[in-house]
Parts: sequence; structure tokens; C-alpha cells
Amino acid sequence: MLSIKNLHANIEGKEILKGINLEIKAGEIHAIMGPNGSGKSTFAAVLAGREEYEITEGSVDFEGNDLLDLNPEDRAREGLFLAFQYPIEIPGVSNVNFLKTAINETRAYKNKDAITAKDFLALVKEKSALVELDSKLASRSVNEGFSGGEKKRNEIFQMAMLDPKLAILDETDSGLDIDALRIVANGVNTLKSPDNATIVITHYQRLLDYIIPDFVHVLYNGKIVKTGGKELALELEEKGYDWIKTENVEL
Amino acid sequence: MIKELTKKDMLIESLNELDFSNEPQFALDLRANAKSALENLEFPTSKTEYWKYTRIGKIINRTYGIQHEPSNSNIDISSYLIPELDANIIVLVNGFYREDLSKIETENGIKISSLKSVISQSDSFIKDHLGEIAKVENELFIALNTLCFTDGVYIDLDKNAVIEKPIHIINITNSNNLISNTRTIVKAHDNSSVKILESFVNLQGNESFTNNVSEIFMNPNSQVEYNKIQNKEGESYQISTEQVYQRKDSNFTINTITLQGTLVRNNLNIEVQGEGCETNLNGIYLGKDKNHIDNHTIVDHIKPNCNSNEVYKGVLDDNSVGVFNGKVFVRPDAQKTNAYQQNNNILLNDNAVINSKPELEIYANDVKCSHGSTTGQLDKEAIFYLQARGVSKKTATNMMINAFVKDATDNISIPALKNYIDTKIDTRFGNKN
Repeated sequence: MLSIKNLHANIEGKEILKGINLEIKAGEIHAIMGPNGSGKSTFAAVLAGREEYEITEGSVDFEGNDLLDLNPEDRAREGLFLAFQYPIEIPGVSNVNFLKTAINETRAYKNKDAITAKDFLALVKEKSALVELDSKLASRSVNEGFSGGEKKRNEIFQMAMLDPKLAILDETDSGLDIDALRIVANGVNTLKSPDNATIVITHYQRLLDYIIPDFVHVLYNGKIVKTGGKELALELEEKGYDWIKTENVEL
Repeated sequence: MIKELTKKDMLIESLNELDFSNEPQFALDLRANAKSALENLEFPTSKTEYWKYTRIGKIINRTYGIQHEPSNSNIDISSYLIPELDANIIVLVNGFYREDLSKIETENGIKISSLKSVISQSDSFIKDHLGEIAKVENELFIALNTLCFTDGVYIDLDKNAVIEKPIHIINITNSNNLISNTRTIVKAHDNSSVKILESFVNLQGNESFTNNVSEIFMNPNSQVEYNKIQNKEGESYQISTEQVYQRKDSNFTINTITLQGTLVRNNLNIEVQGEGCETNLNGIYLGKDKNHIDNHTIVDHIKPNCNSNEVYKGVLDDNSVGVFNGKVFVRPDAQKTNAYQQNNNILLNDNAVINSKPELEIYANDVKCSHGSTTGQLDKEAIFYLQARGVSKKTATNMMINAFVKDATDNISIPALKNYIDTKIDTRFGNKN
């Protein structure tokens, strides 16, 4: 589904990603862990198409498309979804109205007819229940006045509405209490299918108790320095990132 | 010694061709009065504080023709109608009321007339009140209008008349290099209610100048919503004055929507002369190319227990310039006044400019007043967020602009008009990027 080869990215002349290689197949959950400043969020931003980053080397193939050649909206329409670490508040823009526009622009992109109002409302009802998001919140302005937990649940709600092939969760667990964490994880697990894939970016192992990854990658200093199964996360939790840092120096 | 003619003299000279000699004495007196007031008034310069950010050279450094009487040329007004709006339609062309193009089915309690005709009939209200609140000695362009307005509209509401059907005045210029002066008078009797929209448009009408004045007289407990849509294409100039007099418990709302215009200046003066009044002033201005759009507003709270709310939102693109000067007076007797004023601007281009000056002058000690002004750009993070969900950049930009102007359009109570404005904004900014 996603094939990343030797990806290098700069911001303001400073190299953040220094040659990332990653293969993701449908049905898989990949966790990307790493200490602060290792390039985790940059990685997510580059995949979503944030324009401040300059790609200096490498390639990203997403379902047969050159992902780096697509603008952000077309990446989303092709089935990429980024759950933001810090979901922004957009006063005056209604959550459900903009989602309807997003769904219909995506459908138009795929030469499909617009969703009917009835189907859309049914979808909102079903998906907001999934993340226990009050339907009143769903129809308010995007994230305006939402608590931290509500913002994160709204991200998963949007993900459920858009039904992406590849979802990237950028530190979705940060700032969540245990109940919110459970709700968010439950949403992600329910949406999982053999046809889609998920990248979970996190600093802490905690989330991975709820969303069980098939692979764990450790990102350090702009590179993936270690890959393993879910047990790697536990090992990291126990030994801390210093273990990787020292090992990395030895490499 | 021969005095050199000034631009003002030349303009007045050219307007002398208009013949008002058939008018009754009160109108002749009014015009004579305006003429003598003009002798003491000069065109504003950069030193005139009230006009500091608006040069009127574009308007006064040219010569205009005038139309002496209504023409009977056929004009297709369909493109100026608001879709889905059932309204009484009044058409003014080049300063003259065109009965043949208008479509009026009045309800009980309202009279809609050509101002010229009610003047010739010496209508008692007009005789007593025309020019009463738009004072010639205060402002040159009011004096100019009073000297030579050719026609206009008189809307006369009876006591307790609640008028359902909105009144749409379409003020058209269809001649190049033309000066036209129109006057609108609204008399809202006790407990009456009316919704008016006036759109200013041109059909060709390049390099023409429209100088219009409205006087709105509001009796106790009356309600007037006045929507003003300025949408003159090409090179066009407009100076527009609304003079409003509110008596107790009256409710006045004005929505000024400037979609474009080479040089637009709006002078809005509201005298709140009664207790328990509500005043709403909202504005949207969308500048493009080298448009210069200036909104000057004054709300004068003279009596206690009144509320005023003012929201002006500007979106300025290209090399356009916006000016906002909003002044609120709270006089010593006006205790328990709530006055809020806000002006927010988005500059879409580095070359666009806004001069924003919110002002409060408070002489009472038990009031709630606030004012504020912001200028910024569209939030790029928000646009990226929307894009990351599959919304095109163009649609995202549009959504953001619509969201931005939204609280200034919320007070438009005519749904069809609101849709019309939304569509205008969509087509304007949807095709960018």
C-alpha cells in the first residue's frame, strides 16, 4: 500500500528526515516510536503534504501513485488520512458541513455522485456514536471550544466518516486521559479491516496496549534505527530511549 | 478682478443646467439653501480629518454629463433582481424613477412613491422634513445632493403598518461620465416595520458618479432594516449618505455590502434620540483590483438605555484599500448604554491596505462599551487542515472567507438576500487559487 524509499526532508534548510525506508501492506498496523525531536511529526506532515517541508531525496508510492506529486487534498482523496497532533479550531466552519464537502469533493474526484443528505446524516449518527462524540459537537464549528479529548475524538470521527485506506495517527494519545484513550483506541480498532492500514505515531507505549501493532519502528535522528514486533515497544518502555541512542552510536 | 473658477464652481455650474423651476416653493427654498451652503463648503483634502484616508481626486478631476429627464429606454433588470425574492421593485435609472420598470403591489399601510412626484404635490411630511436630518451645512456631498437630486423614492409607512414584502430599490447608472443624485426618504410611523434593500449597479455606466442621500425617520417602536448592496462594475464612484433619526424603542438595522467599486464612500450617521432603541450596523466590503472602499459611521447615543452593535468585516485583495472609521458617542444623559463595535479585516494580498479607526467618545459613567479592530490573513493552518480532509484549497479558502464574514451577514433577515450574498462571495473567491 505504502512504500517509502530513502525519504529525506528539510525545513528551513535543516534536514529532519535523513533517509526513511518503510513498507506498509493492507491490514497492518505500524507503530512509529521515538524520542522528542526524532522527526516523528515531520514524517506525518510530509506524508500529508504540508508545504513548509522540502523533500530533497527519496520517493513515496501510495497505491501506485507518486504521493509526493499530489497536493494535500488529492492525497486525502486517494485515501490518506492524518489525525493531527494538535487539531486546529476553525470558528465559523461547521464540522459536519465541511465533512460533507470533503466527502462530496472526494466522490467527485472518483467520478461518483454526491452523497444524499439522508445517507450523510445516517453516517454522521453511526460514526459519532463510534467515538462517543455528542452529535451537538459534531455539528458545531470545527473543534471550537472542544476539550483536548473531544478534539482527538473528533479526529477519529472524521477518520471514520472519510474511511481512509491509510490512517496516520500523530500522537493521538498525547493529553488523553485513560477513558478518552480507550474510546479513541476502540474507534481505531473498529475501523481496522484487511483493506486498510494504520500508522500510529507515539511517544509512549501506553497506547499500544489498546492498539496492538504488527510492527514497531523506532525513529531516531531522522532515520528508522530499529524495527520489531509489538514486544519492541515494551522493551523501549522498560529500557528507555537511551538504550536505542547508545545502540545507534555503536552501529 | 476675475476669480478663477474652482472645481467646485465648475461642477455646480454644470449642475445649473437642471431645471427645478416647476417645483413648489419649499423645494426651491431647500435648493437655494443648499446652494448657499455650498459656498462655505470645500472639497475635502488630505487635511480634512473626516476624509483623511480617501482622496476624491478621481471623482472631482473630471467633467460629467447630467440627464435632465427620465428616458424611456428599455432596460433588462432581470440580472439585478435577487433570485427567489418576492419584493416590490423600484427602479431608478440615472437619477430618475422609472415607473414603467418598477413593479409595486403595495399592501395596506404603505405608500411607495417617486420623490419628485410627492414634492410636486407638496406632501406635508416631505414639505416639513425633507433635508431636516441630512443637513446641507454639514457636508458638501449632502449639499450637492440637495441642490440637484433629480428624483428618488419616498416610502411612507402608516401607524402600525407591518410590511411583509421587502422593498427592493435598484439604482442603475447606464450612461458613461454621468453624475446622478438621488434621495430616498423613509418615514416609519409608530409601530411600523419594513425591510428595504437598495442595490447600486451599473450597466456600462463607466466613470460615472453616484451621490445618493437617504433620510430615515423612525417614530416610536418602529423597525427598519435597510440593506445596501453596492456592486458597480468597471470604473465607478459612489458617495452615499444615510442619515437616521431614531425615536424611542425603535429598532434600526443597516447591512452595507460592498462587493466592488473603484471609489466608494459610505457616510452613515445615526442619531439615537430616544430611550430603549436598538441599532445594528453591519458591513462587508470585498476589495479587489484598485478598489477603494471607505465606511464612516457615527452612532450618537443621546438618551439612556439603548444598545448598538456594529460589526464590519473586510476582505481585501490585489491593490485594494479599505477604510473603516466608526465613531460612537455616548452623551452625558445616555446612561446604561451598551455599545459594541468591531472591525475585522483579512488581507489576501501583500499590496492590500486597511486603515481602521474605531473610536469611542463616552461622556456618561454607567455604560458598557467596547471596540476593537483586527487585521490578518487567512489562517494557513486551517486551510491545510481542511485540505487534509479532501477539501480543495479553493473551497477551503472560500469556507474560511464565508466563516469570517458570517457574523456580519447574520443580521440580514431576508433569506434570499443572504443566499445571494453567500453566492456572490463564493463566486468571487471560489475561482481564485
